[in-house]
Amino acid sequence: MNENLTATPGQTIGPFYGYALPYERDHELVPPTHPQAVRLHGTVYDGPGTPVPDALLEIRQADRSGVVPVIEGSLRRDGTVFTGWGRCATDPGGRYSFTTVEPGPAREGAAAFFAVTIFARGLLNRLFTRAYVPGDTEGLAADALLSGLDDERRRSLLAVREADGSLRFDIRFQGDRETVFLTFPRHEE
Amino acid sequence: MDGQDTISNEIAQIHGTARGETQPRLDFPPYRSSLLRHPTKALHLAAPEECELMAPVFGYSDVNPVEADLTIQNGGDPIGERITVRGRLLDGDGHPVRHQLVEIWQANAAGRYIHKRDQHPAPVDPHFTGAGRCLTGEDGSYAFTTIRPGPYPWRNHRNAWRPAHIHFSLFGTDFTQRMITQMYFPADPLFGLDPIYQAITDHEARDRLVAAYDHDLSSPEWSLGYRWDIVLTGSHATPVEPGAS
Repeated sequence: MNENLTATPGQTIGPFYGYALPYERDHELVPPTHPQAVRLHGTVYDGPGTPVPDALLEIRQADRSGVVPVIEGSLRRDGTVFTGWGRCATDPGGRYSFTTVEPGPAREGAAAFFAVTIFARGLLNRLFTRAYVPGDTEGLAADALLSGLDDERRRSLLAVREADGSLRFDIRFQGDRETVFLTFPRHEE
Repeated sequence: MDGQDTISNEIAQIHGTARGETQPRLDFPPYRSSLLRHPTKALHLAAPEECELMAPVFGYSDVNPVEADLTIQNGGDPIGERITVRGRLLDGDGHPVRHQLVEIWQANAAGRYIHKRDQHPAPVDPHFTGAGRCLTGEDGSYAFTTIRPGPYPWRNHRNAWRPAHIHFSLFGTDFTQRMITQMYFPADPLFGLDPIYQAITDHEARDRLVAAYDHDLSSPEWSLGYRWDIVLTGSHATPVEPGAS
């Protein structure tokens, strides 16, 4: 019994979500003391390159073995369960930071990535993108999404390995290095 | 700062050429904050992969059922018109989204958010925070008890006022169904003036954000009832054929 319904429109998150959506350890998918903990962090920029201090990011990811957890516990983290989902509001400098583990490839030969959703005041609907884990030359070369992009656009989706081992993934709403934002097949029905 | 006439003219011009768009435009200049924050390149069509096909799941270890009543959180009755908001969360195929997290936040009856960035001179209500959560039921239903929020001023243009609304944050079964939106109240005189609401250029689509007053949901001598159903985009899960094992 499939009745095709038109989706309810989205609206901006607005400026006042700060007392409602963020919660304790929302950005800690694993505790910072976890032996394989890695930081995924970056800055969100607007058109002229000014940091966006009122954006909210969410990530969805696999664990190190490539399995996407389907388990509750994200809102009251006890430090033992990896739920594969997290949320982080940007700070006054437009920066965000998740503490997590690096996702493994979901399939043999697949490139590993974090699925990312961005909300912000001034952004009338959510945006989706991907932060790919750098280093897996073959997996990244074979990736269907990345292969369909020119070099500059492709680069906007690759997280950068920092000297301290963390992953930096900046998001740009506009400009020469505008992030590639995604739509999915059933979004336009 | 521009006046309402300028904003209203810009809205009318855009609406004059728009046809059949069911989601808000990301590039909608009458909403001034969108100017530097909308992507300038077309969204890139991607085939969703594993982590995009599975939304996070939540349960009673995450959400306490009392979080759905925003009138009992601060040790006293908040000022305002007590309401219940009830509806169903469905996916694009009409299937209920079961046991999923719904988060809401809103201004108080005077149109003031507890958020520190809201400094407009309306009273804070010591008995009202304005944030709630619940999990949907087996039939996709959700329900909140709260007070009706007031409209509030903002600085998009001179004498700009937002229609009264409740923010809703929603998940589906796929991560690609994630969305945040706003629910409005019927017959608000501010609808035509508001560039955020009017960023949805199609009238029928805009109407989908307006709850209906439902007298059967009102409780005698207690609260007024509003009904609002929410439809997410379609799921990418392979449909299960009836009778398949």
